[in-house]
Amino acid sequence: MIASPGSAVWFARHEWRLAWRDWVAMMSGGRRRRLRRAVIAITIFVIFMHFVAYWMVGRYAAAMPDKATLVGITASVLLSWLLMISQAMESTTRAFYSRSDLDLILASPAATEKIFAVRIATVAVSMAMMALPLAAPFINILIVRGGWRWLGAYGLIAAMGATATALAVGFSVALFRIIGAKRTRFVAQVVAAVIGAAFVIGLQIAAILSYGTVSRISVLQSQILLAHLPEVTSIVWWPARAALGDVTALLSVLAASLALLAATIAVVAPRFGEYAITAAGVDASAVIQVRRSTVFRAMSPRRALRTKEWTLLRRDPWLVSQTLMQMLYLIPPAVLLWRSFNDGNGAYQLLVPVLVMAAGQLAGGLAWLAISGEDAPDLVASAPVPSRFIVRAKIEAVLGIVAMVFAPLVAVLAIASPWHALVTTAGIFIAAAAATSIQLWFRSQSKRSQFRRRQVSSRLATFAEAFSSIGWAATAAVAAASLTLAIAPALLALLVVTGTWLMSPHPQARSA
Amino acid sequence: MQHVAPPFALEVIDLTKRFDRPAVDGLNLHVRCGEFYALLGPNGAGKTTTLRMIAGLLRPDAGTIRVDGIDALADPVAAKRVMAWISDEPMIYDKLTPREYLEFVAGLWSLAPALAGPRAQELLDWLELAPHAEERCEGFSKGMRQKVALAGALIHEPQLIILDEPLTGLDAGSARQVKSVLRERVRAGGTVIMTTHILEVAERMADRIGVIVHGKLIAEGTLEELRLKAGKSQASGAAASNSASLEDTFLALVAAPAEAA
Repeated sequence: MIASPGSAVWFARHEWRLAWRDWVAMMSGGRRRRLRRAVIAITIFVIFMHFVAYWMVGRYAAAMPDKATLVGITASVLLSWLLMISQAMESTTRAFYSRSDLDLILASPAATEKIFAVRIATVAVSMAMMALPLAAPFINILIVRGGWRWLGAYGLIAAMGATATALAVGFSVALFRIIGAKRTRFVAQVVAAVIGAAFVIGLQIAAILSYGTVSRISVLQSQILLAHLPEVTSIVWWPARAALGDVTALLSVLAASLALLAATIAVVAPRFGEYAITAAGVDASAVIQVRRSTVFRAMSPRRALRTKEWTLLRRDPWLVSQTLMQMLYLIPPAVLLWRSFNDGNGAYQLLVPVLVMAAGQLAGGLAWLAISGEDAPDLVASAPVPSRFIVRAKIEAVLGIVAMVFAPLVAVLAIASPWHALVTTAGIFIAAAAATSIQLWFRSQSKRSQFRRRQVSSRLATFAEAFSSIGWAATAAVAAASLTLAIAPALLALLVVTGTWLMSPHPQARSA
Repeated sequence: MQHVAPPFALEVIDLTKRFDRPAVDGLNLHVRCGEFYALLGPNGAGKTTTLRMIAGLLRPDAGTIRVDGIDALADPVAAKRVMAWISDEPMIYDKLTPREYLEFVAGLWSLAPALAGPRAQELLDWLELAPHAEERCEGFSKGMRQKVALAGALIHEPQLIILDEPLTGLDAGSARQVKSVLRERVRAGGTVIMTTHILEVAERMADRIGVIVHGKLIAEGTLEELRLKAGKSQASGAAASNSASLEDTFLALVAAPAEAA
């Protein structure tokens, strides 16, 4: 069937073609062989996830809608839903602000509300699709072990995608109208990052305050909580009931979600073009920097490079919001540290790997920005500065920020347990240095705006960075208890870093 | 009194660079101090690759590059100290203001603040950027961005300025300003080597013009000398006449190796 040009179906086909090619490019980096490998890797991952799902939820397949089950399912649904809202807000903000084809669409005589309606619907569908690789293995196992009733969970995912998108679009538009186009981009992105992490962090903090552990389950299964929650017949539990195969609940949840999405599209789509035009003017407006003096500061090339990196990061709210996400996960360990301050129990042992892991991840992101995300590579390369000085200055800039973020936590830890603080400091330094080195070996020129997609340029570097951070975190955790036992994980971490170095495409960077 | 030719600002000898095919193939170039040299050629001729190697942004496979008598391959840091590089895409940071950008560049070239500060102000005034000196560059037009990049290139008063298509995408006003800055630098004794597709600019501004095709310099000289050479290669037609424009001359010169190939 050929859709008539300008119709909603025609736009939808165009959108899906773009989305599909974007996904393929993300998976393959533009190479056919890589795509084949990515498909094989995804297949293996999905099969592996079925085993994980069997181990994790297989025994719950016969679950009945009692209160504890409903609470467990609702919490999982809520967690996924918050993550969906976070993702949908990202997509909506991008739709407002990224120009790509907006100028073409707005300049054409086509009915723009149709394409924006299709775009919002596409966001909803992609939210549901993104949840599937992780959720499907669990649902499939539940269907195999517990029967067809669990098919309702797929319907629930569709409903979650629809409501998450409706809320995200509604929130973004409300922000747009209340605080204006200029601030919306920043606020929406920070809120998206906070929402994404809020539920997990909130549960962890609640668990720490009540039970002194970061386990999320403990607080959800407590009798006090169960006693204070609504009865099993309450409408609150309908989404959970829908997942359990209650047809009435499923149809109601699905109908309400789709109605909410349709209403949002009907209200927002006709005005979407107007918002996009307003957003287009944001970059053109001048941002004045107040400067006390026109006198230049005396700066060595290294200091000039360090200062530049820090200034660029500080002035980029989008990048700040992206790094904020990693920082948010430091809140639970900070609370644990605060709570255990006088207890002298084994909580410090738990803190060491969390801090080391977070430092490695933060350093990796910052190193990518400083090394691969250099906006004026020719300028820096044409300066009369040896390349090793440039690299050193960028590493100093990265490690400086890592030190600034982690120093307060380590300082508090040092008062409580100097030994743990010492091990943590060493771990943070090694993990950050390893992650920075990996980014250096795998450097490739990119725009800073590609930060979120930096993993695409080299999956090997991404996995190596993650495994290195995990390895050094494990080493630090074991070293805090026994230095001798830490030799084994340290050797493994070293093996990861050395292997990555040998496979890196920049042999000249190895000596830098 | 005997006229003494100025020393060479740039000497390129047998420069070679190969990617999947030869991009620059045994190129020889000699540009004297105080000269405005335009390097012309069709797309993919090897102009940008040549300039990037001279600026120290690309390592040649073979050959010698001397800038102001300094062996740029043996001592790139010393050579970069007296050079500036500007590409068609202005290399600036969106989140910095023009003044902050100039402070950063001054830091990279290790300039004393007492020298760099007033020099920056002078450049900002000269390029009419002073009213925007404390605005972030993110909202700047292409012309303004190119002027910021030009100010950055001039802050250390380079002996040799290398420009790769610096006028691409600029409006008439900005283009005129950039041209006047370059002319001023040459008048002050500086040397400019520039690639451009705007032949009128090369015709009006360059003392000498080099034509590069398939990585080889096929012709070099003043416009008159090029006309003569083009006339030899195409005995009849517009290129042979004394009033032939650089466009006619260029097309005639480029056509000869293309036909041979």
